[in-house]
Amino acid sequence: MRPDPDTVRGWLGEVPDPEIPAISVVDLGIVRDIGWEEDTLVVDVTPTYAGCPATLVIALDIETALRDRGIDKVEVRRRMSPPWSTDWISDEGRQKLLDYGIAPPQLNAANCAGMLSAQSAACPLCGSENTEAIAVRGSTPCKAQFRCRDCREPFDYFKAI
Amino acid sequence: MDPLVTFCLRMGDTTLILGQQTAAWCGHAPVLEEDIAFANMGLDLIGQTQLWYEIAAEAEGKGRTPDDLAFFRTERQFLNAQLVERPNVDFAHALMRQYLFDAWHLPMQEALCESGHEAIRDLAQKSVKEVRYHIDRSRDLIVRLGDGSEESRAKMQGALDALWPYADDLMATDEVEETLAAQGVLPGLDRVRAAFEAETAATMSRATLEIPGNGHARIGGRTGIHTETMGYILAEMQSIPRSFPDARW
Repeated sequence: MRPDPDTVRGWLGEVPDPEIPAISVVDLGIVRDIGWEEDTLVVDVTPTYAGCPATLVIALDIETALRDRGIDKVEVRRRMSPPWSTDWISDEGRQKLLDYGIAPPQLNAANCAGMLSAQSAACPLCGSENTEAIAVRGSTPCKAQFRCRDCREPFDYFKAI
Repeated sequence: MDPLVTFCLRMGDTTLILGQQTAAWCGHAPVLEEDIAFANMGLDLIGQTQLWYEIAAEAEGKGRTPDDLAFFRTERQFLNAQLVERPNVDFAHALMRQYLFDAWHLPMQEALCESGHEAIRDLAQKSVKEVRYHIDRSRDLIVRLGDGSEESRAKMQGALDALWPYADDLMATDEVEETLAAQGVLPGLDRVRAAFEAETAATMSRATLEIPGNGHARIGGRTGIHTETMGYILAEMQSIPRSFPDARW
């Protein structure tokens, strides 16, 4: 049995990100390529942050999910180039982040990445754009901490990179 | 040793030792946000180390893994700049060490984005995005604490006086860098020092801090000469793999 790449992509759409389980590895935009090399299913994955502890878990979760679908030989390969960008998060993924309470990253990351002061986020709880950054780092390397000046709630913002 | 291996170890050892030192703040920083920030930056740096060690190990061709390079080399075999092995002391020292490192690391990674060596170029294009956030944070805090209260300013000036002499070790070059520059692996190294000087001068001025007039002094880390603290760092970092060399997670 050799399911085509689109079918496999559909399956991987059910593999959650280990640290932000609201979105899948496909929503995150890190699954770069899926293909067969002889009897091995090869999945190319781009790491988010170089030191993200989720990277190893993601590879393991992908392998496990595909084995559960009856595929014996799976190889998850790391693809470094081009580097991952938050612009690759799907529209569906951005909506899921918002529903989960995380403000999605500003688009066109190349123009603002590395400078939190150049980024803004609407409050995922009340929608207000009257918000302020509290800290460049949040509960994971990919997030920053913000606060809403209207509803006063703190929230996570997924930094553009 | 192959200049490429030496250079990758110089880079990777520097990010590893700073990552290790930075991670030690986990649970100890003065406020929760900075605690998390230091821990997460340590992760970035250790992740970048892994990439440098992979390139070094492959070029070396002896079958060593990144873990072998991190845990089974001795002090004289570590080629990190001395700045990153300076002790944590207090938050001012940790932050100033981080900022001086970032002020060099960002232009260095930007230069490496143009490297003729594919794996190094890929590494740099990935890391540079992370490093921009690092300096965004450390610069902001240097300015806020330098141009802050009397006490915070005194602490930041003390840290700058103590650490500035070590900053030059980040930029020390010898025939290793010269060889790689001639091969196109290391483009634009001359711009790195100029960028470091412009960055630190502008930021220290905003922070109302004075760069010491006696200049940089200490070099040698990149040839394996270290300060007293280095042995303690390695002892702690390497103790478990050396006690249980075949242990697996």
